[in-house]
Amino acid sequence: MFFVQLRTALIAFILFSIITGVLYPLMVTGIAQTLFHEKAQGSLIRSSHGKILGSSLIGRNFSDPKYFWGRLSAATPAYNASASSGSNLGPSNPALLEEVKARIAALKRVDPGNHDPIPVDLVTSSGSGLDPHISPAAALYQLDRVARARRLTPAEVQGIVDQHTQARFLGLLGEPVVNVLEVNLALDRYKK
Amino acid sequence: MDRNDLVQIAIYILALLSVVKPLGVYMARVYEGKRAGLNVWLAPLEQWIYRICGVKSEEGMPWKTYALALILFNILGILIVYAIQRLQAFLPLNPMGMAAVSPDSSFNSAVSFATNTDWQGYGGESTMSYLTQMLALAKQNFSSAATGMVVLVALIRGFVQKQTNTIGNFWVDMVRTVLYILLPLSLVFALVLVSQGVPQTFSPGVKTTAGQTIALGPVASQEAIKQLGTNGGGFYNTNSAHPYENPTPLSNFLEMLAILLIPASLCYTFGCMVKDRRQGWALLAVMFIIFIPCLLLVTQIERQGNPLFDKLGIDQVESYLQPGGNMEGKEARFGIVGSAIWAVATTSASNGSVNSMHDSYMPLGGLIPMWLIQLGEVIFGGVGSGLYGMIGFVIVAVFIAGLMIGRTPEYLGKKIEAFEMQMASLVAFIPHLFILIPTAIAVLTVAGKAGIANPGPHGFSEVLYAFSSAAGNNGSAFAGLSANTPFYNIALGVVMFFCRYWLIIPILAIAGSLSAKKLVPTTQGTLPTHTPLFIFFLGMVVLIVGALAFFPALALGPIAEHLMLVAK
Repeated sequence: MFFVQLRTALIAFILFSIITGVLYPLMVTGIAQTLFHEKAQGSLIRSSHGKILGSSLIGRNFSDPKYFWGRLSAATPAYNASASSGSNLGPSNPALLEEVKARIAALKRVDPGNHDPIPVDLVTSSGSGLDPHISPAAALYQLDRVARARRLTPAEVQGIVDQHTQARFLGLLGEPVVNVLEVNLALDRYKK
Repeated sequence: MDRNDLVQIAIYILALLSVVKPLGVYMARVYEGKRAGLNVWLAPLEQWIYRICGVKSEEGMPWKTYALALILFNILGILIVYAIQRLQAFLPLNPMGMAAVSPDSSFNSAVSFATNTDWQGYGGESTMSYLTQMLALAKQNFSSAATGMVVLVALIRGFVQKQTNTIGNFWVDMVRTVLYILLPLSLVFALVLVSQGVPQTFSPGVKTTAGQTIALGPVASQEAIKQLGTNGGGFYNTNSAHPYENPTPLSNFLEMLAILLIPASLCYTFGCMVKDRRQGWALLAVMFIIFIPCLLLVTQIERQGNPLFDKLGIDQVESYLQPGGNMEGKEARFGIVGSAIWAVATTSASNGSVNSMHDSYMPLGGLIPMWLIQLGEVIFGGVGSGLYGMIGFVIVAVFIAGLMIGRTPEYLGKKIEAFEMQMASLVAFIPHLFILIPTAIAVLTVAGKAGIANPGPHGFSEVLYAFSSAAGNNGSAFAGLSANTPFYNIALGVVMFFCRYWLIIPILAIAGSLSAKKLVPTTQGTLPTHTPLFIFFLGMVVLIVGALAFFPALALGPIAEHLMLVAK
């Protein structure tokens, strides 16, 4: 009985490996590449010369006042898209408070006149360390700073932000968000 | 909680309830060997597999043969996945040039993916080659999910059959599970995920003009089965928080639905197969009665945010412009409610995928997911394993009820006697031992304490969560714990192994013993097991047996941390 079952197990293992470990992913790849080529390749954003600027799904680190800043990233270095990581800091960990305070200080340094309360997503690390989005509140908080740094009116910047804001799916699922990389690339392209 | 929180929760629960019946009926037809819609395409392939493997598909197996076949197949999985990880540097499809995985990490992952735990001690995109992800990990996602489901089906046959000494054919059950249920669902789901932005490519990662290297790969095919098979092992380190694993609110919703899709529908399959659908609904009701309050609680706790932030001039209040709340470790597109539903679903089921970092939850917000795992992974639980665990609790419950009313306990027309009760007790109590004792050892040893990331009681919670997750074959983590060390890789690997197979064998033994029994006719004195009274009673048994054992440990971890935090 043992050897009969062992023989079956060996053959079955090979067949299962071929079907679920090779044919299945190949089939998904074949169909996906045909139907959704851009998305299957990672939703990459290319310049007019075809160079890869980034991905609309992957955040990038911005620390210049003329750009919108994204979430804090616990990846090393920040927004390392080949080693995602959350901070995993517990809510009572003093290190968490230190990070939050450092971020608040950095935000105040580039925008000393802004005394609005800071939206929480702007001072906390995302789960992936690659979050491409911030809340509309976090964009609004930074709006005047970015406009000043670029000598644009807040309304012009708001217009660009609005173009890259996604509402809830069907108005119901998820949260409204602003895509930070897309907004910043659009700002760089923007001419009066 | 605001109105949208409740709306998102309601949509989730209604969507789940609406698929339970069609999928449940379909799976029952698959397991009863009836025509199930896909036969035209799949039956020839199925027959070909039986021929090549030398399986006599009409021949049933006694429970010991069934268990032997299962163990052999699973051990092979462990050995080969270990080998592939160790050899990946020499194998094809390794465009990013990943080196061999260390022996202890390979052991851990090999056991982890065989036992349907999918604990990730490693960071996927920085450790595993494309070949390892596909041929070792995604393949095992199918096999381990199917293993759980066939054990459940064998147990159900124990109630349906009378005076037989076989419980079905392991190979037939496995092949049918994979071909008719897991593969078609995964194929469709993977394509939907790609349409949302999940990559599916064999191209190597790309470098951007800003110097960022973006890891790519065949992600969608793995993501689909990872969610559907309650596996949870992600392509990337941060699992479904990673925007490539879970790019949009819609992908998030569907992935959350996929977590509970099969575990919930199997309750209906159970009802169909025992020819009394009320029995399936009753078990599903127990699950929902515990699930929904947990869901509301976690949402509310995370919604309130971190009290330490209040003095810093931070706005944590929800509005139409921001989700607010405790956003540490959460993604902006999911906010609070999209993270909370996931956390509760993934820990009530033994899925273990995450879309937010549980380690950064508020103390009580993290307590609930941990406690759901400690309940024994029977609130939905793993595919198959959740329901066979729940039926184990049913056996305990009818036994206790039988003692109270002074009658021989029965369930679905089968007498529950000493043997079944002994086996069910093993199922209920083995995980307790394998959680509490290793946790105690870990916090007493240097190697164990070395992995702790957060100070104070939260550090203890990290260790307790790790062993709960391994014992429940869940796979989620308080991921601050540095678990990719020889101590944790081996300790957690051993816990996962025993808590999987030492439960499967007693369950198959119950299946064998019940199959051999005759049906006793229902009389006026029979305890009905579909009534609200029994649903409440079973819920209490699960809570008392599963939860009280862990109260002291939870008091040392999350409860202590909560009290410290509110006192500050």
